[in-house]
Amino acid sequence: MGSSAATSSATAAATLPDAWRVELFRKSAADDPDGAHLPAAARELGITGLERARLGRGFLLPPALSAEDVARITRELLADPVLDDVRTTPPEQEPHVGAGARVLVARKPGVMDPVALTIERALRKAELVPAGVDVFVSTFHAWELEGALGGAELAELASRVLANDTIESVTLGGEGLHYGRPAPAKLHGRVEVPLLAADDATLLDISQRGALSLNLVEMKAIQAHYAAQGREPSACELETLAQTWSEHCKHKTFAGIVDMDGRRIDNLLKSTIKRATDELDRDWCVSVFHDNAGIIRFDGDWDVCFKVETHNHPSAIDPYGGAGTGIGGVIRDILGVGLGAKPIANTDAFFVGPSDLASEALPKGCMHPRRILRGVVAGVRDYGNRMGIPTVSGGVWFEEGYVANPLVYAGTVGLMPRWAAHKEVHPGDAILVVGGRTGRDGIHGATFSSAELHEESEMVSSAAVQIGDPITEKRVLDGLLRARDLRLYRAVTDCGAGGLSSAVGEMGETCGAEVDLELVPLKYPGLTPEEIWISEAQERMVLAVPPEHLEACMAVFAAEEVEATCIGRFTDSGRLVLRYAGEVVGDMEMAFLHDGTPRPVRRASWTAPDLADPGAPRCDDVARTVLALVGTPNVASKEWIVRQYDHEVQGMSVLKANVGVKSDAPGDGAVLRPLEDSLKGVAITCGANPRYGLLHPGRMALAVIDEALRNAVAVGGDPDHTAILDNFSWGNCDKPDRLGALVLAAEACRDAALAYGTPFISGKDSLNNEYRVGDRSIAIPPTLLISALSIVPDVRRAVSMDAKRAGDLVYVVGLTRAELGGSEHHRVRGLAGGVVPAPDLAAAPALLRALHRAIAGGYVQACHDLSEGGLAVAAAEMAFAGGLGLDVDLARVPATPFPSGYDADTTALFSESCTRFLVEVAPEHQAEFEARLDGLPLGLVGRVRADKVLELRGAGGDVLARLDLGDLRAAHLSSFQG
Amino acid sequence: MTTPRALVLRAAGTNCEAETARALRLGGAEVEVLHHNRLVAEPQRLDELEIVVFAGGFSYGDDVGAGRVWGLDLRHRLAAALRAYVDRGGLALGVCNGFQVLVDSGLFGSVDAQGRRDIALTNNASNHYECRWVELEAQPCACPWIVAGERMPVPVAHAEGRFVVKDAATLARLKANGQIALVYVDPAGGEPAYPADPNGSVAHIAGLCDPTGRVLGLMPHPERNLDPWNHPRWTRLGARTEGEGLAFYRRMVATAAGSLVP
Repeated sequence: MGSSAATSSATAAATLPDAWRVELFRKSAADDPDGAHLPAAARELGITGLERARLGRGFLLPPALSAEDVARITRELLADPVLDDVRTTPPEQEPHVGAGARVLVARKPGVMDPVALTIERALRKAELVPAGVDVFVSTFHAWELEGALGGAELAELASRVLANDTIESVTLGGEGLHYGRPAPAKLHGRVEVPLLAADDATLLDISQRGALSLNLVEMKAIQAHYAAQGREPSACELETLAQTWSEHCKHKTFAGIVDMDGRRIDNLLKSTIKRATDELDRDWCVSVFHDNAGIIRFDGDWDVCFKVETHNHPSAIDPYGGAGTGIGGVIRDILGVGLGAKPIANTDAFFVGPSDLASEALPKGCMHPRRILRGVVAGVRDYGNRMGIPTVSGGVWFEEGYVANPLVYAGTVGLMPRWAAHKEVHPGDAILVVGGRTGRDGIHGATFSSAELHEESEMVSSAAVQIGDPITEKRVLDGLLRARDLRLYRAVTDCGAGGLSSAVGEMGETCGAEVDLELVPLKYPGLTPEEIWISEAQERMVLAVPPEHLEACMAVFAAEEVEATCIGRFTDSGRLVLRYAGEVVGDMEMAFLHDGTPRPVRRASWTAPDLADPGAPRCDDVARTVLALVGTPNVASKEWIVRQYDHEVQGMSVLKANVGVKSDAPGDGAVLRPLEDSLKGVAITCGANPRYGLLHPGRMALAVIDEALRNAVAVGGDPDHTAILDNFSWGNCDKPDRLGALVLAAEACRDAALAYGTPFISGKDSLNNEYRVGDRSIAIPPTLLISALSIVPDVRRAVSMDAKRAGDLVYVVGLTRAELGGSEHHRVRGLAGGVVPAPDLAAAPALLRALHRAIAGGYVQACHDLSEGGLAVAAAEMAFAGGLGLDVDLARVPATPFPSGYDADTTALFSESCTRFLVEVAPEHQAEFEARLDGLPLGLVGRVRADKVLELRGAGGDVLARLDLGDLRAAHLSSFQG
Repeated sequence: MTTPRALVLRAAGTNCEAETARALRLGGAEVEVLHHNRLVAEPQRLDELEIVVFAGGFSYGDDVGAGRVWGLDLRHRLAAALRAYVDRGGLALGVCNGFQVLVDSGLFGSVDAQGRRDIALTNNASNHYECRWVELEAQPCACPWIVAGERMPVPVAHAEGRFVVKDAATLARLKANGQIALVYVDPAGGEPAYPADPNGSVAHIAGLCDPTGRVLGLMPHPERNLDPWNHPRWTRLGARTEGEGLAFYRRMVATAAGSLVP
C-alpha cells in the first residue's frame, strides 16, 4: 500500500486542478478533534514523531465561478464563521499551505462522494451558482502534519490511517488532485460473445476474464442453450446469466445435490431448514423464505419482518464502505419485502481477528483487525444513524480464523400493515426505478462475493466496492412508504447484488419484462449497456406501477426530492428484452435464466478433529480466572460500540443493549415497543460461537439456536411466538470437509427448530470465505449466526439482567453438564478439545416455556442467560450491573454427575451448558416462581448481598473467591475498547 | 383554552418527526407533520400555528456540517416568514439537528447584519457520535415554559453537539439576555465532566433560547422519554406513569395555549 501512495505522489506532483479550491482549517486546535486524535493513532502504529496534526476539509468548485461566487458559497455554506479559517485558491494556482508535511486524500474518480452530491444539490437549490455553470464538486482532505516524520512513516500513516488506497488517492507533500467526471467507456451497441465454438479452456477463460464467476459446467450449459438457438449470446445476456446464477443470488450449494458419505441430499435447504418451517406450520408465519425478508404476525393490523445479510467480502477490502452498504442493503430488503415495511431496528454482528494480533502476524494484503473493527463500526454508525433507525442489538467475536476474512452481518427489523405483506406484478405495469443514480460502482459485486479472496483482491476488485449515500436512501424510504400507503404500486424490490438485472429479472420472472437501458439516470455519461444493467450502485429500488398511477407515484417521490424514472414495462412474453437506444442488446427466456442452472452433485464428509478431552483441571486461583474471563475480548464490554449507535431514535426503547446502574453491563437482548397503542413488544437477540463450530458444527448449531432463544426468553420474549433467521458464513463448499460441516449444521437447525417449535423465516449464506496465500487456502471457522425475533406479550414485564435488591433469592435454572469444549475457560487456560455444549432437545423447550411463564407472571426481578464463561461470568455481570454482591453456592447448582477428570467446582463455574439462566426472585414471590418451574432443574444457590462482593462457595463449603465489584467492572473494560 | 396547533417540520434526512409529533399530541396539541418545501411554497400556513418544531435527524446528511444545508435553505427561503411568526408570538423549538438548523438560521439573534454568526454547534470533544442518557437542569431564562431548577433525564444522540461561542463577550451576552435555558449536570454533583457533559459544551450548555424566550433549541431528545419504560433504569425504579420528557412538551403546548403566559 505504501508503495502505491508514493507512486501517485511522484506522478501527480506537477498537476494543479482546473477548479477553485477552498480549504477550511479550524482556527483552534480544540475544534479539530480529528487532528487532535491523530498523534495517538500514529503512536499505535509505532510512529512517535508526529507532534501535531491539522485536518483541512477541502472542496473543488467549478472554474467558471467568479471570486465573488466562491466567497459567497464559502461563507453561506461551506465554512463555519465561528470555527473555520478559509484558504481559497483560484484554478490552476499553487495553494497556500500551512506548516508541516501535507497529505492530500481524495476519492478516486467515479467513487461515490455523498458530501459532494449534497453540496451540488444545495448550490442549485439556493441558486448560488450562475445559470449555465456545470455544477460539479469534489471534496478532499488536506492533512498538515508537524513533527519528525520520515517519508516511509508518512507513507505508512497515510495508507493505514488517513486513507484507503482502494477508493482514495493519496499524495504526499505534493499536488495531484483530480477534478472532473470519470472518463467515459468506449460506447458500443450490441456486443456478442463468441461462445459456440469455444473449447473448455476458452469457456473458462471467458468466465475468468469477464469476472463472471461461472464454472465450466455452467458455461457449457449456457453454450448448449445458445447452440440450440443457433446464435451467440450478447454481452448483456451473459452478464445477466452470471449475476442470476451467482452463488450470492442463487444459493447453488444450499439448493444443490449433496452426497454426504454416500447419503444423497436433494436440496439441503428444502430438506432441513425450510422443511422444519413447513412441518411446524405456525399460524403466525405470514411470509417465509420467498421474499426479501420473513414476515410474522405482530398485533392487530400489524406484522413484523426481519432480515439479516452478510457483507463480508466488501468489508474486508473497505471496512467502512462495506459495512455501511451492508446495512444500507439490508434496510432496502425491508423496504422491499411485500409492499414495503418501515425499518424499526438494526442489528449487527462482527467476526474479526484478535484485537491484539501482532503486526508481523498479519498476512500480506490484510488490514489489522482493530482497523477493520473500527471501520465497520463507523460504517454501521454513519449509515444506520443517518437512516433514523435504531441499532439495538448485536455482537462481536474475536478469533484467529477471521484475520483474512472478517465477517460483517447486518440485520433490519420492519413493521408493516397486514395488507402490505404480498406483492404481484401485472403485465403492462411500468418499471419505475427510484433513488440514486447509476454509476460504475459495484460492478460484479454478486459474482465477486461468490469468489475467494486472495492477496491481490484489493487491486482487482476495487470496482466491486460500493460507497453508501444514506441520505438518498432516507429520501427513498420517506417516498416509498408514502406511495405504499396511497397504494400507488403493486410490487417493489430492492436493487441489491446484481443491480437492475437482479431486481427486474426477479420481478418479471413469471411474466416478462422489457427495459430501455438508455433511460436509466446515470451519475456520469459513458456507461455501456452491460454496466448500466449490472451496476450495483446503491440506494435504488424498483417498483411495478400500474399505468394509471404512474404520474401520482412519481409525484410522491418528487416531493421527497427523489428521482423516479420509468425505464420499461412488464410484459406477458415470458422473455427479458433489453434495448439500448432502440437496439436490442439482450433477449432471453425467463425460464432459462431462472431455472437453467445446472445442479452438480457435491461430495460432503466430516470427521471430528483429533483432540483428546482435556477435562476440567481444578483451578488454583478462581478469582484470577474469573477476572480473566470477564475481560476476555469475547466477553468484555462492547459499550464503546453501543454508544456510537443511535439506539433511541423512534422512541420505542424498552430494554437497551447495555443495562444496569451505570448502563454499562451487557443485556441479553433489546426490547422495543413498536406501536403506541399496544403494550406488546419485540425482543431482538442473537447467538453464535465459532469456537464451537471448529470442534463440532452440528452441536454448535444447536447451541447457538438455544442461545438466541434463551436470550429472548431472558428479556421477556414468548418462546412460542419467536421466529429465527439463519446466516451461514462458511468456507469453500466445493471441498468435502467444508460441505460436510455445513450439512451437520443445517440438519441440526432442522432438529432444533422442530424441537423448540421455532420456525426459520428467512436466511442467507455466504460461502467461499477463504483466503489464498500461495498454495494454502485458509477457511474461516464454520460460522452460523442465529437471529431471533420474539414477541413480548407486555413490555411492562420485560426483565433486565442487573441484580435489583439485597436479600432477593438467586437461582440457577437448567442443568450443568461437563461441556467445556470451545469454552472461554479453555481459551483462557490454553486447553483444546472437550465436549461442545448442546441443549437437550427433549427437555430444553419445556424449560424455556416455564421460565417465560414465570417472567410473564411478574415473578422475576432479574434474569441473565449463561453463555460464554458460564455461571461465573453470568454471576459477575449480574452483580456489577446491579452494584450489588451475590452469594453463589456451587453445591446447589443443578448438575449431572461429572466424569472423571472434571473438577466439580471448575465445571460448575465454567461449563457452558445450554438452556441455563441465573434468576433473581423476590422472597415474596418464591412460591409462585418455584411452582412455575416445578419438576425442572432448579437450584436456589444464594442471595443478593447488600455489599459489593461476589462470593463463590465451592461444593465442599469452602470460599473459592471473593471478588470486588469494582475489580470486576475494571476487568470488563480491560480489553480493546476502540 | 383552545387546542394549540403545532407543525413538525421535516426535510430530507430528518428522522424524529414521528415521536416529536406524538409528544406534542400527548402534550395536548393538534399536530401536522409537513415537508419544509411545502411550507416554503405556502408560508401563510404559519399564520394558523402556535408551535413550529424543527425535527431532529440528519438533514441533508449533515454532509457539510450539522444543519448547514437546511439552515441555508431557511435563510434563503423562509427566514422572513419565520421571523414574523416569532414576532407575533409563535413558539419555535429545534431538537438536536433542529437546534443545529436554528443556530444556522439566525433566529437566536446571533447573526449580525453582515451575516456573521457568533455561536456554533460542532464536533463533540470525544470526536465521535454519542448516544447516552444525561441529566439536564433548567436555568433561570427568558423561556416562559422552562421551570428553573427542574431536572430531567433525557437521551442525547449526536456527533456535533458541542456548543461554542466566538468569544467571552458572546457568552456574557447570552447570560445577560437569559438565553441559557438548559445545562448538563452531574447527578452525583460537582462540575459535569464527560460523560455527564457528553460533548464538552462551553458552560455545559445543552439548550438555548432567543432573547424573547419564544425560540428554544436543545441537543437532547425529550421526545424519546415519553413512556415509563424509556428510562435506562426503569426496571430498577418504582411504578412510573410517564417519561420525564412528556412534561417538557406538555408545558410548551400549555404555554402556546396561553395558560402559562405571564
